[in-house]
Amino acid sequence: MAVRRLASEAIQPASFAFDAENLAWAKTVIARYPEGRQASAVIPLLWRAQEQHDYWLPKAAIEYVAEMLGMAYIRVLEVATFYTMFNLEPVGRFFVQLCGTTPCRLRGADDIIKVCHDRIGDQRHVTADGNFSWLEVECLGACCNAPMVQINNDYYEDLTAENFTKLLDDLAAGRPVKKGSQIGRTASEPVGELTTLTDASLYDGSVVGAWRKRFEEEAAKAEAPVDTQAIAAQAAAEPKPAKPSSARPEQASDTPAHRVAAGKAPVSKAKKAGAADKNKTDATAPELPLGEEPKKTARKKAEKADESKG
Amino acid sequence: MLQDRDRIFTNLYGRHTPGLTGALKRGAWDGTKFLLEKGRDWIIEEMKKSGLRGRGGAGFPTGLKWSFMPKQSDGRPHYLVVNADESEPGTCKDREIMRNDPHLLIEGCLIASFAMGAHACYIYVRGEYIAEREALQRAVDEAYEAKLVGKDNVHGWPFDIYVHHGAGAYICGEETALIESLEGKKGQPRLKPPFPANMGLYGCPTTVNNVESIAVAGTILRRGGGWFAGLGRPNNTGTKLFCVSGHVNNPCNVEEELGLTFRELIDRHCGGIRGGWDNLLAVIPGGSSVPMVPADQIADAHMDFDTLRGLGSGLGTAAVIVMDKSTDIIRAIARISYFYKHESCGQCTPCREGTGWMWRVMNRMAEGRAQKREIDMLLEVTKQVEGHTICALGDAAAWPIQGLIRHFRPEIEKRIDQYSANPHSEPVRVAAE
Repeated sequence: MAVRRLASEAIQPASFAFDAENLAWAKTVIARYPEGRQASAVIPLLWRAQEQHDYWLPKAAIEYVAEMLGMAYIRVLEVATFYTMFNLEPVGRFFVQLCGTTPCRLRGADDIIKVCHDRIGDQRHVTADGNFSWLEVECLGACCNAPMVQINNDYYEDLTAENFTKLLDDLAAGRPVKKGSQIGRTASEPVGELTTLTDASLYDGSVVGAWRKRFEEEAAKAEAPVDTQAIAAQAAAEPKPAKPSSARPEQASDTPAHRVAAGKAPVSKAKKAGAADKNKTDATAPELPLGEEPKKTARKKAEKADESKG
Repeated sequence: MLQDRDRIFTNLYGRHTPGLTGALKRGAWDGTKFLLEKGRDWIIEEMKKSGLRGRGGAGFPTGLKWSFMPKQSDGRPHYLVVNADESEPGTCKDREIMRNDPHLLIEGCLIASFAMGAHACYIYVRGEYIAEREALQRAVDEAYEAKLVGKDNVHGWPFDIYVHHGAGAYICGEETALIESLEGKKGQPRLKPPFPANMGLYGCPTTVNNVESIAVAGTILRRGGGWFAGLGRPNNTGTKLFCVSGHVNNPCNVEEELGLTFRELIDRHCGGIRGGWDNLLAVIPGGSSVPMVPADQIADAHMDFDTLRGLGSGLGTAAVIVMDKSTDIIRAIARISYFYKHESCGQCTPCREGTGWMWRVMNRMAEGRAQKREIDMLLEVTKQVEGHTICALGDAAAWPIQGLIRHFRPEIEKRIDQYSANPHSEPVRVAAE
């Protein structure tokens, strides 16, 4: 968070109004949002007001936008002070916003900052000719083309101290400049030969419709009559057991169910004694003959279950 | 190795026209009506089958997210909001989609809106991307003109798409803050629940998706969820745009299979580490919010969600920030701390106060003007910020510092020793900001 305040009263203009073109544009923007939700247009409108007013936002513009959208002044002031792209004080004709976040720093943003210091001075200071002011901002989202700056609306990427100095010279002299990468990249591709997207067949239209084959095959499969006889014949030739026959026999014949059917206790005494926690039974259980007591409770439980069923 | 035929963003580098004619030739808007006719459930099922995990950082399954929207409208309209507020340091992929492959995004918006019963979609582009916003608007206008979208379009689903923009606030990348901002307020995150799928934009059911998650939808449906799921590694499927920045020979954006190793990514596309692999110090693998991973652990690690989480970090947005041994690692993290101090929205006290405090301490540590016991104190404070805020910005501010202390504590101690070994005049006390 940063404290952001409006510029001093001395430089605030008395009034602000959109010009005819911007007014017409504002109406189309407001119409994008549902009825009663005009407040949604506040950021686009404030931004357009800033563009119209030499890239800084006076108090009069904030009030003007509030009136237009039927919002309380304070709500619009909140927005204007919360969002850092709204300049609340005058900036240079070329307003340099320099990305100083780590990815740009790693690629040499410090050199660019030094050029700004030498050429322009401190941050937020507007040069005497009104041409330049600069500000270190947070990540501008062009990290593969670091270091970079945004001057007014445009990105200038892949900077070095030399080409950035030349860029500022050209802007000051009104010479045409190249937007984007200053070392000839078209976007964020690797310098030199492309490592991907070299397959020419991507661009000759042959990909169009190629995917439909999958759906056609699926549709054909769904429509094809199922040959039941063939399936039956195959099943007869290679019979598959309904259940896996390789169950472990010694265990399968000694389940509690088997034992109860044979008139024995569900779990043998020896196994029960082996599984019991010896410490626990020693400490808490009274000396009962193993196997008898649990049997009773089991029977009781079984009776209860029968009653509840009935 | 991923074939060019399996890449989704075929105009990533802007070598071909981003306009409609070029996009049609590259396969965008191809059979969209056919896909919509397969029905809502088929689309969501196919997206689930693809295993696509959200590309905005959290990695939440996209198909599942779509299925959270109410099946029947209760009278309130549904909205799709596309999060193009790409501001995470290191991340610059959505920018390329918007200016070079905008029709994939617009087509994805139509498909996603159809799948969740929405007739309107807002794309929230970060304020600084002015040229990208204009490029996207041009593409939207083209799509309207060709009747691909609009109230009365050829696809038979009345659908309006609007390009909205912010004005420089990182926090608006958080979905509820984005919704607040879209409603014309300060971008301060909302408490959840209620979740946006129930109460989002204007109090209506809303889904917020990242640009990349939406833009891949058309191609996934055309080629099948199975195709996408066949790329990458289990639970980390598909292709992903990697943004490699920092100390590599050729920083670039590249679409690659999830789960390729870091070494393959760098050697194949970025011309290797500056000064060779022995010169690698550490990597932040997923944008500034995730903790760094030191060289020996990252070099042969798979670049996917689960592997990187296992290394105590995360894939995040796949913004790979590479740092070689010339890096002042403490200062690099201190700068990230400044970023979070600057971008904290000021709503929750632990974050508003904590980010500034952490930045000031980090700054002293970068100089060495600190006590060794303060390292533990700093770590303790990061733990108290983490998880105690409405949104994840508090966590994001804490993690890079935790990563630094976890892996480079001796470096911090060395710096403190160096500072105290040299004579210094008493520092002037500065009031807390």
